[in-house]
Amino acid sequence: MVSAVVRLPTPQLEDALARYRAAVAAKRLRTALGLALLAGALVLAGIAGEVDATKFLANIHRLPAYLWNLAPSLSWGNLAKDLDDWFWNLGEWSRLLVDTLLIAYLGTLLGMLGAFLLCFFASANLENRRWVRIASRRFLEFCRTVPEIVFALLFVVAFGLGAMPGVLALAIHSLGALGKLFAEVVENIDMKPVEGATATGAGWISGIRFAVLPQVMSNFASYTLLRFEINVRGAAVMGFVGAGGIGQELMVAIRKFYYTDVSAILILIIATVIVIDLATERLRHWLIGFEQRP
Amino acid sequence: MSALRPAALAEMEALRRRHPGVFCRSLGRRALVVFTITGLLVLAGYSFWRLEFSLTRFGSGLAQLAHVVALMFPPAPGNQLPVFLGALAETLAIALLGTLTAAVLAFPVGFLAAKNVVPNMFAHFAVRRVLDTIRGVDVLIWALIFINVVGLGPFAGILAIAMSDCGAFGKMFSEAIETADKKPVEGIASTGGSQLQAVRFALIPQVFPVMASQVLYYFESNTRSATIIGIVGAGGIGLHLSEQIRVLDWNKVAFLVLMILVTVAAIDWISSRIRFAIIGRSAMVVG
Repeated sequence: MVSAVVRLPTPQLEDALARYRAAVAAKRLRTALGLALLAGALVLAGIAGEVDATKFLANIHRLPAYLWNLAPSLSWGNLAKDLDDWFWNLGEWSRLLVDTLLIAYLGTLLGMLGAFLLCFFASANLENRRWVRIASRRFLEFCRTVPEIVFALLFVVAFGLGAMPGVLALAIHSLGALGKLFAEVVENIDMKPVEGATATGAGWISGIRFAVLPQVMSNFASYTLLRFEINVRGAAVMGFVGAGGIGQELMVAIRKFYYTDVSAILILIIATVIVIDLATERLRHWLIGFEQRP
Repeated sequence: MSALRPAALAEMEALRRRHPGVFCRSLGRRALVVFTITGLLVLAGYSFWRLEFSLTRFGSGLAQLAHVVALMFPPAPGNQLPVFLGALAETLAIALLGTLTAAVLAFPVGFLAAKNVVPNMFAHFAVRRVLDTIRGVDVLIWALIFINVVGLGPFAGILAIAMSDCGAFGKMFSEAIETADKKPVEGIASTGGSQLQAVRFALIPQVFPVMASQVLYYFESNTRSATIIGIVGAGGIGLHLSEQIRVLDWNKVAFLVLMILVTVAAIDWISSRIRFAIIGRSAMVVG
């Protein structure tokens, strides 16, 4: 077969090859530098994190043993009784799970209301006063940067043990996270309806009600549902610091090595989280469809 | 404006007749909105009752909180600044090692869970469900479990973060691999490359920048997680935070919170710079 490939003249070819090699070498050098930096950071982190390979290797067999202990003793012949033994405290645990869901619900609702009120002050297209904008943005940032469990720790001291500090902690964190997302949605709206409403003499409130809300409602609802999913997970561990829900029971079970209780509660939590995720996903798809209908 | 409104009001009947759609919204839709809002409020009322909210408790709590916040000023580390800085370094170490361990563990799992690499429905389904389960458990729960396995200290924290992120990374990596362009893979196959070579030279160059940026993003979020896992005893600055809250030393609490805020902001800034550099450099490859 006759080759139809055009060959470049040798000097040109050599020049091109040299350039290619130089480019590859530069890329490799950059990668090597990055890896060296990473290795240095890893060594420092290993020292700071007290990583001890020998200790790790000596103890690693405990992890499978622990997981093995989590498994309950089930037998086919006596399955109903064994399951009953495994989930012996199902009534109490379900009650706590419902509490957990309600904590997440209230936290999301209160946070959403706060974010709804604040987001209009934090968005550049509706708020002209610079200092108001900056102040509300910094406030939202503070609310979402401090972890919710830290708020919960503080609130447990102030409000006492129970579900109330948990709800308030989730609410404040959701306020920060949702406020930012809401403000971004509001900044991306079409301003023409707002101008139209202003031109007909609408004040601030009616302008928002008739020109802004119709544009942002579906996004707000969708973000709130997503936040609810996250808050269900958050509410499940609020009990670790005494802020209500099923976390307290789980922590006691883990600390006291009640292995089968740990696995039973974990299964309940995971199942709840999965059900909530699926349900909110359904609801969000339905909302999007609802919005598109006239 | 002033002339427009009376004119429009005077012509209301004609306007209604000309644009009926604007004035009459569908009754079903309105009923649905009212029904939803009522339902949400009733549920909220029930929750307030069931979770034992009371205004008096809220009021006294707020007063207490105001008192606490007043006590927080000025934030001061006392004589424990070196201890706190050490704990902060430990926190960053936990985040870094945990994230990287998770990434290394999840790298092969991501390929196993990708439909275009392992076209076995059963394997795909099983790996995905395991990853979902791991992801469904909060990092604090993993921390408690690993404390039982390896004892109190930062090592339990590293393992907890590695474990919970492994699930998330596995899922995201497999998605990145599934959305990768097929043509380079076919090209390698057409020149006689094996499947392993196709993964190395066709898939990895496409997905590596995406993975790297996801890992960096998780490093950011793990810095936040690493600050709190100390609360259950898994090392880092959270241990000191919960201790100082327990002994009601509010100046130190405020100082620790400030330290956390500054660190998180700094890490966010650095990592977003690096992420932009990685993605920006290889945008052609990814896009």
